[in-house]
Amino acid sequence: MIEAIGLSKRYGATWAVEDLSFTVPPGAVTGFLGPNGAGKSTTMRMILGLDAPTSGSVTVHGRPYVGYRRPLFEVGALLDARAVHGGRSAYNHLLCLALSNGIGRARVNTVLDQVGLRGVAHRRCGGFSLGMSQRLGIAAALLGDPRVLMFDEPVNGLDPEGVVWIRTLLRALAAEGRTVLLSSHLMSEMALTADRLIIIGRGRLIAQTTVAEFLRGGSDSYLRVRSPQADALATLLEAQGIGVTRQDDHTLRITGADGATVGELARVHGFALQELSAHQASLEQRYIELTGDAVDYRTVEGTRVPAPN
Amino acid sequence: MVTLAPPPPSHRPLAGIPDIARSEFRKLRSVRSTFWTLFAAVTSNVVIAAFAAILLPGQLGAHEKATVDAVRLSLAGLHLAQIAFGVLGVLVITSEYGTGMIHATVSAVPRRRTLLASKAMVFTGTALIVGITASFAAYFTFQAFLSDDSLRSSLADPGVVRAVAGGGLFLTVLGLLGLGLGAIIRVSAGAIAALFSLLFLPPILLDLLPHSWQTDIGPYIPMNAGGQIYLLHHDDGNLGAWTGFGVFSLYAALALTAGFILINHRDT
Repeated sequence: MIEAIGLSKRYGATWAVEDLSFTVPPGAVTGFLGPNGAGKSTTMRMILGLDAPTSGSVTVHGRPYVGYRRPLFEVGALLDARAVHGGRSAYNHLLCLALSNGIGRARVNTVLDQVGLRGVAHRRCGGFSLGMSQRLGIAAALLGDPRVLMFDEPVNGLDPEGVVWIRTLLRALAAEGRTVLLSSHLMSEMALTADRLIIIGRGRLIAQTTVAEFLRGGSDSYLRVRSPQADALATLLEAQGIGVTRQDDHTLRITGADGATVGELARVHGFALQELSAHQASLEQRYIELTGDAVDYRTVEGTRVPAPN
Repeated sequence: MVTLAPPPPSHRPLAGIPDIARSEFRKLRSVRSTFWTLFAAVTSNVVIAAFAAILLPGQLGAHEKATVDAVRLSLAGLHLAQIAFGVLGVLVITSEYGTGMIHATVSAVPRRRTLLASKAMVFTGTALIVGITASFAAYFTFQAFLSDDSLRSSLADPGVVRAVAGGGLFLTVLGLLGLGLGAIIRVSAGAIAALFSLLFLPPILLDLLPHSWQTDIGPYIPMNAGGQIYLLHHDDGNLGAWTGFGVFSLYAALALTAGFILINHRDT
């Protein structure tokens, strides 16, 4: 369980994170979503006590991170997979971290097996691909078998097999009752991995919800119906209190009813249907709708211009 | 549902030091730069001592041989070794910032002062062992290659053990000064430049000052103060061996203290 209350961080005149309050519950994968520069990494660094908040607070299991004497047993985190001493072997990198928390060599070998790096454990990690580095970072996060796991953009640079592997791992960790916080700027990845969402833009909270709820709230969830008798069908549906928009002579856009209801009404009244399809706003669309005003850098007519702060 | 009560927070800042020190020692010995800097320090010490023993007797006159500090000649390699130790001291902390490893390190050990103290302890132990060994190795090499008995000395002679071991003490404290500056500056190149400016610039600047200032300030500049510990004989104007070493240690202590204060007040 991670709890942030009024968390704020200012760099000079810019608020990287402003009055952010959220809860990350155990037993679920919580997606931490926002455009680049929204303050996701800054927030994660404050959770870990790497950066001090300008105001507000954040606790892990009710206590600030820096209060833990052996924090690897509480929180495992992957912030930047490349942030390792390239001259050290994977094994030594993990052992250095493990020893500081009184964790033994056997556990180092276990996590190396778990992420599939046992075979290259004694190679210098400076030569690792980004995918291998991500695996090493995840191994480090798993060292203390912690109840809370945090991953900052863990699928970056992974091949499709690696992406599936991480997704499966995160789901399994959450299923064991752990708290999993996963940041990404990719909505599509979240749709597949996360149960809950915390969406931020420009350092502020935009939404805190479940993925399912988030989808339902979309402005354009609708049914598309094609029928040669579209006009008559529309009149019938409207009489039932169902929202209908006529798109062309044969196509209707229907909101406020599900496919079964519309199909059954058509059958009972003898209308022929040529198409009955459900359209849901994709997470991506919803996400862009929500964060549209909160993107720092956007492309305008092919030119990249920073928005005024 | 079983809820585990969190362990009580630790208020003892030194708790856990053995574990953290083991981690830091593993860090120190698992990168090649440590091996190479220490290897370079020991080798240069020994090789230069051998050359000094072979070449110097032919170049010095009888009067010089009688008055020269023969122990100092055997430790001529310190001039190179001090660079290696200084760089290593700096890298102990700045390599963490440079690679970004500091994030993982501070996440594992959030008590940053305990972390810095552990780093300093581990470096001190390693540097003392290697530095003192290198100094004695140089001393014995010098004696072994010496063809001229007038420059020969014995460990039984007054001050010789102090001066030879002093070479190792000097290197260690110089490395700690580097570690302190590294903790303050956090960038390898900047910290190394600061360290060697602090060591090598004052003697040059001192030459530009009036003579009375030179005699007042001169003994207290880092290199003059620190160098006394490995000298057998001391000029009247200079500090004694242990006083000078104390002043030199004070510089390192100041740098480390500043690093100690800053490390808790900055984002990593």
